[in-house]
Amino acid sequence: MATKVHMEALSPTMEEGRLVKWTKKEGDAVKSGDTLAEVETDKAVMELVARTDGQLLKVLVQEGATVPVGNIVAWIGKPGEKVNGAGSTEQGAAAPKSTPAPTAAAPKPAARAPAPPSRPAPTAPAPVAVQPDATRVKASPLARRIAKDAGVDLKLVQGSGPGGRVVKRDVEGGAPQATAAVAAPAPRSRTPAPSGAPYEDVPLTQIRKTIAKRLAASIGPIPHFFLTSEVDMERAAEAREALNQQLGEGGGKISFNDIIIKAVALALVQHRACNAWFQDDHIRYWNEVHIGMAVAIEDGLITPVIRNADVKSLREIGAESRELASRARNRRLKPEEYTGATFSVSNLGMFDIDQFTAVINPPEAGIVAIGSIVPKAVPDGERVMVRRRMRLTMSCDHRVIDGATGAAFLKTLKQMLENPLAMLL
Amino acid sequence: MAQSFDVIVLGGGPAGYVCAIRCAQLGLATAVIEQEKLGGVCVNIGCIPTKALLHSAYLAHVMKESKDFGVEAGAVKTDYGVAMKRSRRVADQNSKGVEFLMKKHKITVVKGTGVLQPGKKVKVGSDVHEAKKAVVVATGSRVKGIPQIGLEINKTTVISSDEALLMERIPETLAIIGAGAVGMEFADIFSAFGVKVTLIEALPRILPIEDAESSDTLAKSYRKRGIEVIAGAKVTKATIAKDKVTLDVEAGGEKKQVVAAAVLMAAGRAVNTENIGLKECGIQLTDRGFIKVDKNLQTTAPGYYAIGDVAGPPMLAHKGSREGVIVAELLGGQKPHPIKYDNVPSVTYCHPEVASIGLTEDQCKEKKLDYVAGKFPFSANGRARGTGETEGFVKILRDKKYGEILGAHIVGAHASEMIHELAVARENEYTVEEVDLAIHAHPTMSEAVAEAALDSLGRALNI
Repeated sequence: MATKVHMEALSPTMEEGRLVKWTKKEGDAVKSGDTLAEVETDKAVMELVARTDGQLLKVLVQEGATVPVGNIVAWIGKPGEKVNGAGSTEQGAAAPKSTPAPTAAAPKPAARAPAPPSRPAPTAPAPVAVQPDATRVKASPLARRIAKDAGVDLKLVQGSGPGGRVVKRDVEGGAPQATAAVAAPAPRSRTPAPSGAPYEDVPLTQIRKTIAKRLAASIGPIPHFFLTSEVDMERAAEAREALNQQLGEGGGKISFNDIIIKAVALALVQHRACNAWFQDDHIRYWNEVHIGMAVAIEDGLITPVIRNADVKSLREIGAESRELASRARNRRLKPEEYTGATFSVSNLGMFDIDQFTAVINPPEAGIVAIGSIVPKAVPDGERVMVRRRMRLTMSCDHRVIDGATGAAFLKTLKQMLENPLAMLL
Repeated sequence: MAQSFDVIVLGGGPAGYVCAIRCAQLGLATAVIEQEKLGGVCVNIGCIPTKALLHSAYLAHVMKESKDFGVEAGAVKTDYGVAMKRSRRVADQNSKGVEFLMKKHKITVVKGTGVLQPGKKVKVGSDVHEAKKAVVVATGSRVKGIPQIGLEINKTTVISSDEALLMERIPETLAIIGAGAVGMEFADIFSAFGVKVTLIEALPRILPIEDAESSDTLAKSYRKRGIEVIAGAKVTKATIAKDKVTLDVEAGGEKKQVVAAAVLMAAGRAVNTENIGLKECGIQLTDRGFIKVDKNLQTTAPGYYAIGDVAGPPMLAHKGSREGVIVAELLGGQKPHPIKYDNVPSVTYCHPEVASIGLTEDQCKEKKLDYVAGKFPFSANGRARGTGETEGFVKILRDKKYGEILGAHIVGAHASEMIHELAVARENEYTVEEVDLAIHAHPTMSEAVAEAALDSLGRALNI
């Protein structure tokens, strides 16, 4: 019997893959483990390998087509064996469609729109040129009943059932309910003391749950807020010049970005409350510091991770970030190289941006956006001096980080950058 | 000879062999290690042979009443030895069937006792087999005695289902300790073969995890047939003589003695987690002794999975099989539909049968759910009257606001077959209204399911 080749989940978040190129063609002999095709996932180009020996009998998907995970893309069997060519719609998913490749930065459909008020909402004008599919919602009878009662528009709900079917758990809690529990007095500090473990999970307190729910309802799934601070980079610039002189020619140069990554990592060690993941019913406070570094690539962006950045030297950080960035641009990062960051840094300084806000990469709770370093007139007592200055903007997930918590972290970061010797402490 | 596979499954029961088949379907090179016959407890000394014996019991029961149906069969004689031998043939056929399935899917079957080793290896005898992707532990469970009160299984006077299934001759009197599915089914079988049975349950009612109405219906039915049922009973002492056992029992503040030629232990099962190298591989157990697994059924040691009875309750073959499929699909790079542990049907194949899914009425009350119960008795069902199987009912518990089916309980002939309509409904979140909207053929016992759904809406038609 011929064996089906499925589109596999090649990365943890992969929902569908674009078949970039078949490396075997129909009629080729294949062995288990051979690369059959290159598949572009949501993050990188990966290899789809054969799981059995035989001949590649039939290819069901054209190069360039996008296929949901689990669909059949080819058949492998004995030479001459007959196969069913129309098997690609297994699992009720749509047949492969020739859509342009999804880009890493493509906007995702809203995971769950905030529930409209329970009174009937005014009818919105029908969107022009809707696809025939777009009006049909797959939903269980129970989910329909709950949604109708709560005034939730099923079209706005992302289904978690088979084939994206909307089920009870997707609409539960979508109903506006006046049951915000009275918050129990919260302990003063929620951040546990560091231990030997890589992280600690702290269950959400009632107040934390309520903050999470209410703020999320107000602005999208992650309630962002922003903190901006201007940093004097004069001494960091001097330190960088001296270090690079010390390294001499040949050795890789230390960049401002390397210094910033190191400073962010060290500041996070002091402010563990910001080195955390929001995990639905608990907050994971990391004892390790892994910094995600946003890298622009041809059709999007990706954040390779510098692991344990707090204990690495500037030279190590420099070498690693150059190497990761270069492979990121060639889309050759492995999933483990772009997942697992505990905090991120996004730098648009080289593009002459004075200041900007970066979007948090969930489940991380914060990201620092770096503007360009520019000479500015700064008052110094009675005189005015020209100093190199840089603006930092921290985006915080308010479900994890409160204003004062973020400000305290930013203050430490500013002190480290203004006095780079502090990093040696 | 040591070999390398993608996946090695330790245990060829309903969890393990199904996992192996699904792995093979997904193109993974797979081996199953089994020390006894393929099919495990279920096929060889559990589900399958007991169903064969229960059918013998059913026939004995029907024959005794067949005169009322205009069929006279003369004096009905029963022979347990013959029934037992037939049940062995059925079990062997099923085990051979599993062997055939292994061959069909080119799964390597290694005979012997496997011991896990670090590095995704399994040692069988002197061979060490290696798994490239994963090792799946599916070693199952076994009957346990209660040595604390002197009831250690001795295979003559204190027996387990293992011995009961292989007896040539049956005792005249039998005490059964534990009135869960196993105890209930053996009470039914032995009673039909003329044994004087006393059924003893520690919890306040027989079939303690089923709905109280199901338990009550069965207690009444068993007592009518001459089975002595003692629930809420504590066995304080067991005195084992050569050919009889005396049990001191306390129930309802009264003390009494139960004397029987043998005692059948049916009070729970112990998981097979000893001497298979779990500790050496860093695989931890839960407080209750099951293997600790995450939501993907992976143990505390990466690359080692656990499925079936060893992975935790409910200890049911169909739950284990589904876990096997899920692990295989994860290993094959697919995204399996997650198992809903609150939607696993539970069936006891005694007469009348008891089947259920979801919550009991007591659990609805404990959870303070706003529910409505709908009920329809088989005594009002035309098909049931025709076959003379009017015992029992269908009961559906629905959420008051949205009609969600919170739980369903069926007592009656063929309850085991009828429960699946409600399993499909619950898995797909159909409410009681969708159950009614599907037209049920007339006359069938399944009409009682639709009528119970209607009754929960206050509009049953035929009662």
